Amino acid sequence: MKLHEYQSKKLFEKYDVPIPRGRISNNASEVKQIAEELGGRVVIKSQVLVGGRGKAGGIKLARDPAEAKQFATDILGMEIKGLPVRKILVDEAVGIDREIYLAIVNDRASRSPIVMASAAGGVDIEEVAHLSPEKIIKIAINPLIGLQDFQARDIAIGIDLPKEHWKNFIKILHGLYRVFWESDATLAEINPLVLSKDRRLLALDAKMIIDDNALFRHPDFMEMRDVDVEAPAEIEARKYGLSYIKLDGHIGCMVNGAGLAMATMDIIQQSGGLPANFLDIGGGAGAEKVAAALRIILSDPNVRVILINIFGGITRCDEVARGILAAFNEVEVKIPVVVRLVGTNAEEGRQLLAGSAIHTATSLVQAARSAVILAEGGSL
Amino acid sequence: MSILINNKSRVLVQGITGNEGLFHSWQMLQYGTNIVAGVTPGKGGDWIFDGKTPIFDSVKVAHNATGANVSVIFVPANYAADAMIEAADAGIPLVVCITEGVPVRDMMQVRMYLDQHNVKLVGPNCPGLLTPGESNVGIIPGNISKPGNVGVISRSGTLTYEVLHAMMMKDIGASTCIGIGGDPIHGLDFIDVLEMFEADPQTDQVVMIGEIGGNDEQKAADYIAQFMTKPVVSFIAGDSAPEGKRMGHAGAIIEDGEGTAAEKIQALRISGVQIARHPEEIAELLIR
Repeated sequence: MKLHEYQSKKLFEKYDVPIPRGRISNNASEVKQIAEELGGRVVIKSQVLVGGRGKAGGIKLARDPAEAKQFATDILGMEIKGLPVRKILVDEAVGIDREIYLAIVNDRASRSPIVMASAAGGVDIEEVAHLSPEKIIKIAINPLIGLQDFQARDIAIGIDLPKEHWKNFIKILHGLYRVFWESDATLAEINPLVLSKDRRLLALDAKMIIDDNALFRHPDFMEMRDVDVEAPAEIEARKYGLSYIKLDGHIGCMVNGAGLAMATMDIIQQSGGLPANFLDIGGGAGAEKVAAALRIILSDPNVRVILINIFGGITRCDEVARGILAAFNEVEVKIPVVVRLVGTNAEEGRQLLAGSAIHTATSLVQAARSAVILAEGGSL
Repeated sequence: MSILINNKSRVLVQGITGNEGLFHSWQMLQYGTNIVAGVTPGKGGDWIFDGKTPIFDSVKVAHNATGANVSVIFVPANYAADAMIEAADAGIPLVVCITEGVPVRDMMQVRMYLDQHNVKLVGPNCPGLLTPGESNVGIIPGNISKPGNVGVISRSGTLTYEVLHAMMMKDIGASTCIGIGGDPIHGLDFIDVLEMFEADPQTDQVVMIGEIGGNDEQKAADYIAQFMTKPVVSFIAGDSAPEGKRMGHAGAIIEDGEGTAAEKIQALRISGVQIARHPEEIAELLIR
């Protein structure tokens, strides 16, 4: 789950990571007032959960409160990469001497958090990583003992930070590590951390991503979730414990297990079709879950055919078939449906479905081919 | 022979009285798994399964009383880290965590702690292990595989079942099947298990089922090219997956263009691994 810049900055502040003075608003007149309070020159920053806000015109430097109001009006009406701007952050404008990149991220390979820092901050860090990776310093942190002072010092030295700022920088990096760790973040990034003309170190931007699996420890974050970035069907699916991702094709998929769900999408694609979604209904396949999954798949108007692929292991295929039939009694389905049952009692399961309008298949390849033909308006 | 578990394994179940733990412990017992103890704090002294299996309050007590040498964990995600560390602390050498949804932060600590105690971890977010005809530790349906000479390693649950079943339809059995789990930070990885299969006299060929995300498959490809004499057949799921979306498993995500199925398949092909286009094809590519 991504946090907005203003939400991340609020957290930073709690952990002694200094941020510019600023306030959040959704109203241009209020923005003018905030700009007056902050001394006139302010930065107007759209709060949307996508990268490239600046390039899209979503971040503007206003010279005075009147201009701040004008920019706020413009930006609040904007959409950036399909997302509406509902809130803007008004920050004091800071004179910049140097820009530093500083981030902590979970690293799969070393199985630990790593601090990444670069003297080439403020720009597109992916580009730096790609073109001149030697300009990014990385230090792995032992997850059992946490960040040590010498590591923070090594980073300060590595980015050529003048000595008089080391003490402050080390404090900031400790704060960033604590907010990263205690928030169960998978990323906490400051780009840029600036050395201002008045010799302060400040986090001008802030980005945090929280581990979805750790949200049970952070009920406050759950309330901060921005539902604009998710398709309504994805939000609905979460309520039923289903894992659903909307895609652009015409063949709706319902599968038990994430790996098998991906494999099903792959075979649809190999057979010349395009999957409309990823959907993992998890273990078993009771009527209630199948019904919820059907409703979610059918909420996508692009879906022309539904492919259900269930492996019956401990939950036998005949039980699964009964669940599917019960769900079809509950949800009206007007488009063709292909069901592939495999595993324990697969034959009994297929026989139960035989009398209905459902097409059955034995192999995955056969099921995918049938679905593609039906999606193109053909018949079997 | 087999790897990691056999009919002599003495299995302890953490969370044996929960819904999942109870159901799957019964399944494991039916299979013939030697379950010697259960652990549920507060229920120590009780017996379940017709008075055959004792329950203890802690892993340490259960381990001392029964000599359990494998622990399988069914506790909810918010207690899983504690359960894994408890098992390691009690001296259990092999810990299998079925639980899905364990926070990454917990797994970073758990993995490091277990490594320091020389404890092998399988999972979390995995179906466990099956040595057909001998022992079933986890949730793999026992009836879809038979004893044989194929070692199976997988990041996914149902995809593994699919492959085991397709193998059995062609009368091909498994030496041991191990689900290493779908989380970004987990226990044994492909290379660890490949090494064990290479050394196992019962295993003549290996099936490796991977998916998008991370670069474990690429590392495995390097290992195979250098050290494996036994043939490897592989399927990689997620060729059609979009970038930046987590496909069900916490670890199944293409990030900044890295971790795609195409790059994994290419690396494996170069190492001489046969690639199946779909899971059913794996059984056809194996040597009969």
